[in-house]
Amino acid sequence: MTLDASSLKVVQAGGNRLRRTDRSKGASVALHATLIVASIIAVFPVFWVFVTSLKPDARAVEPTPKLFNESSLDNYTRVLSGEKGDFLAWFGNSVVIALMTTVIGVFISATAGYAASRFRFPGKRGLMMSFLLVQMFPFAVLIVPLYNILIALGLNGTSFGLVLVYCTTAVPFCTYMLKGYFDTVPSDIDEAGRVDGLSPFGVFWRLIMPLAKPGLAVTSFYAFLTAWGEVAFASAFLSAADESKTLAVGLQVFVQQNRTEWGHLAAASILVAIPAIVVFYLVQRFLVQGLASGAVKG
Amino acid sequence: MAEVSYVKASRIFSGNPPVRAVDELSLEVSDGEFLVLVGPSGSGKSTALRMLAGLEDIDEGAIHIGGKDVTNVPPKGRDIAMVFQSYALYPHMTVAENMGFALKLRGVPKTEIKAKVEEAAKMLDLQKYLERKPKALSGGQRQRVAMGRAIVREPSVFLMDEPLSNLDAKLRVETRANIAALQQRLGTTTIYVTHDQVEAMTMGHRVAVLKDGLLQQCDTPRALYDRPANAFVAGFIGSPAMNLKTVPISAEGAKLDGIIVPLTRSALDAAGGLDEVTFGIRPEALGIVPSGEEGMDMTVELVEELGADALVHGAVKIGDASQRFVVRVDGRTPPTLGQHVKVAVRDTTEIHLFHPESGERLEA
Repeated sequence: MTLDASSLKVVQAGGNRLRRTDRSKGASVALHATLIVASIIAVFPVFWVFVTSLKPDARAVEPTPKLFNESSLDNYTRVLSGEKGDFLAWFGNSVVIALMTTVIGVFISATAGYAASRFRFPGKRGLMMSFLLVQMFPFAVLIVPLYNILIALGLNGTSFGLVLVYCTTAVPFCTYMLKGYFDTVPSDIDEAGRVDGLSPFGVFWRLIMPLAKPGLAVTSFYAFLTAWGEVAFASAFLSAADESKTLAVGLQVFVQQNRTEWGHLAAASILVAIPAIVVFYLVQRFLVQGLASGAVKG
Repeated sequence: MAEVSYVKASRIFSGNPPVRAVDELSLEVSDGEFLVLVGPSGSGKSTALRMLAGLEDIDEGAIHIGGKDVTNVPPKGRDIAMVFQSYALYPHMTVAENMGFALKLRGVPKTEIKAKVEEAAKMLDLQKYLERKPKALSGGQRQRVAMGRAIVREPSVFLMDEPLSNLDAKLRVETRANIAALQQRLGTTTIYVTHDQVEAMTMGHRVAVLKDGLLQQCDTPRALYDRPANAFVAGFIGSPAMNLKTVPISAEGAKLDGIIVPLTRSALDAAGGLDEVTFGIRPEALGIVPSGEEGMDMTVELVEELGADALVHGAVKIGDASQRFVVRVDGRTPPTLGQHVKVAVRDTTEIHLFHPESGERLEA
């Protein structure tokens, strides 16, 4: 038996090694070339935005663009100083709205996902189906009905109203994602917790939530991005006052009817991207794990 | 420490028709007793245990722990500790945290928790691993942590749901002895579920055999082995299983191939009016005899050598049909494959008779 198992392993290892050396030089070159091209396609626009952000407007769009042409940080200082609009206020609004969306959205999704994963209740199938269904509506269709609802609730023009709107987008997806994640946590753990003296909510809060960290990280990231970069809802539902705009809406001041301030727009864009990058950096080690799911070891 | 009683407790799973997973189970477990629930898969043994833990509803009847009706009490109010088949350790906590979690929830002071965890760790030889996470432990160590988590709480009842089935054979035998010894030492009432009748026989003070949600028999291991209440228990307890064959009987005894096995008066009386009975005899109560002597002709089809003894499987003609019998013989001189041997009953007191239809034991 032991002999069989070990000899089998040897064969398998041999098989793997063979596969790795299997690729010919030509294939290797082609593969790398493809990957490099794909990487350039992905990275270059961001890089060019960065390059543009260092140029004065006049030099931003040229027939023969140069990499660094009269580069300076002027655009950044001007954007941050509020010369073009209250950038810092927009930034603050965006952070508050995105964080509130993340916290509220993920909390609701986690409780809903846990219920869907563990309990049997009437309408469960319908609920999950409706979560799938609402994903199919284009945003534009939703603006008017949501606007009416916000007015009815007296929340139009408020950040909290916008947070609720973002939650309607984030919660269905996050609930699905987290349900899948909770499904991989064996229900024996719940039962052990209950026998040990936890209430059902205690099981959820003290055992399941800590175990679902990777899943929570992924869904938090999603919820954050949903709110961070969104333009249509934000411009429709927030009041028109400059200081209540979010970043994505505020950026539009750089695009005027007759001329676009490329340098400022680029600088602002880079500044906008930074928090998203920070959030990504914080959760990235969970991302692969979370997206691949089933990260619970037997 | 407490006594446990099931009072006609049932668990009914909805469906069409509804499934009575545990059907009117009545069972008394005395204080400090080690009771084993055993049965094939789907017999309801785990469900019965989970009902006691409060993890399954009790649809009919009641369950008492320590004289208190706990039928509608949630698990945390029952003062029980459970060891799961999968161990269900909390992966994000260290061994020490796992073991002390229940005490922490009860608000026991930290120093006291630490002392209790260390005491249990010492008992289970886990001191070196207290700061490790479960994933850094071997299967046997995890099993001990699960035991430790139960011990630390000093509950009135231990519930164990197949705690050994994820261990390899050698470790299982070792741990089996350890658990029995530990239970002896702590004197805590223990209900232990297993599908392995060897575990049941070796560990339990008493063993309750379940089948299809119904209690078949609950008695000491010796009594189950010697006087099974019905054909199911007879076939389930003992390894290898008892030979159970339907044979014709007459006033002289049971007719097997070429021989008539004499039966006791009381057995014949109990079988009065029946032409056939289910005749049961354990492999160890049969023996191979020299060819001149009286016995059944058997053709050897398989020989399983176990070292100390060997199991001989062979075909015997009963009526027109060929029936398989298993005989336990001395390990040094087993017959060879295809050999014709004579098999005789060594001791007629070891014959069990059951009703051919109901399976109930005949004779008082």
